[in-house]
Amino acid sequence: MSTQTELPPVRRSGMVQTLGLAAALVVWWLVYRQLIPISEWLVALLPVDRQSHAGEALAFFFYDVPKVMMLLTLIVFAMGLVRSFFSPERTRALLSGRVEGAGNVMAAGLGVVTPFCSCSAVPLFIGFVSAGVPLGVTFSFLIAAPMVNEVALGLLFGLLGWKVALTYLGFGLALAIVAGWVIGRFRLEGWLQDWVRDIQSGTVTELPEQSLTWPDRYEMATEAVRDIVAKVWIWVMLGIGIGALIHGYVPADLMARIMGTDAWWSVPAAVVLGIPMYTNAAGVIPIVEALLGKGAALGTTLAFMMSVIALSLPEMIILRKVLTFRLIAVFIGVVGSGILCVGFLFNLLF
Amino acid sequence: MTIDVKVYGPGCKRCDTTAQMVADAAAKLGAEVSVEKVTDYAAIAMAGVVSTPGISINGKLVHAGGLPDDAALEGWLSDAR
Repeated sequence: MSTQTELPPVRRSGMVQTLGLAAALVVWWLVYRQLIPISEWLVALLPVDRQSHAGEALAFFFYDVPKVMMLLTLIVFAMGLVRSFFSPERTRALLSGRVEGAGNVMAAGLGVVTPFCSCSAVPLFIGFVSAGVPLGVTFSFLIAAPMVNEVALGLLFGLLGWKVALTYLGFGLALAIVAGWVIGRFRLEGWLQDWVRDIQSGTVTELPEQSLTWPDRYEMATEAVRDIVAKVWIWVMLGIGIGALIHGYVPADLMARIMGTDAWWSVPAAVVLGIPMYTNAAGVIPIVEALLGKGAALGTTLAFMMSVIALSLPEMIILRKVLTFRLIAVFIGVVGSGILCVGFLFNLLF
Repeated sequence: MTIDVKVYGPGCKRCDTTAQMVADAAAKLGAEVSVEKVTDYAAIAMAGVVSTPGISINGKLVHAGGLPDDAALEGWLSDAR
């Protein structure tokens, strides 16, 4: 990114890059449409019977891996462009001094579009609270940011269709808004670690605004793709590998018995199981798809997925530095109940 | 005069990379810098850094969130000399 250096006018306006991007999109679309024939052709090359368990599993794998990676690339790129318009600093400025309610809604929405890395969770938390963002509003942000992200939405869209992806988006946002609001109602500011309360709000520093050109934004989005794809590809492969095995070998109604709509206890069980597990959306969604294919109920599987992503032990251990144990317990209780509701509701709806 | 650079971050990989980038840029410019890594959460928050890694030069915050741009980094360092 050479923002400051002199660029020829054509490059600065981004004409060349925009045209290149359009061409790349066309190529993307053409390849994407050919994925089924390509995967069938690949399976036919191997010495396995297409109708066998192994053939089924391989076809699933060869189709899903490129499909998911291509969708992920596209969605992460688009999201990278959107995110280039936001920054945690700007989000904090937008949220500071907001009243609860409207503030929770805004925080959850901003949680989706603000660039966020889990290693910044603690400085971000302190930064928000010390700048006068109410505690409940901060929680809305912290719940939405990891849970409703482009990787989760992209994979759900690619593997399960837009209806599930949109419903997940809706329920994820609702959960972040309501859970944050409830935590705010409890007035738990006193349950922060002492030193966090002592940090004065006078420390808000404004960074000079950066003016970004479109080529800069393209570059940031490309960087996001490189970064995220490098991080998640192994999880996607593993997840789809396990998914392929389930797809090929697990009997069709097994999951219906354990994780079906009739087994009401499976929703709380899924939430509890999800807490100690720690992976990202990329690893868990392909498994979710395969489970669904074998008759597991959508609500149960989504509750499992949300619990894995939003309530993870490593994150609790990090947050322990700023929150007292009681406050973490409230956090787990509120978010966990929210996920339970989402699970039961989904099972009712679908 | 030695330029005082602080890199704020809890010790993630990006933070190490950022510190290395500062050292490299300084070496390229032939500038004398002292790079200090600030990993304490309270200190990071006190400096006003919300997204890590953040960089301050001679006590002034110049960057926060993500890896810095090479050219910009050299710009900040040569301004500080």
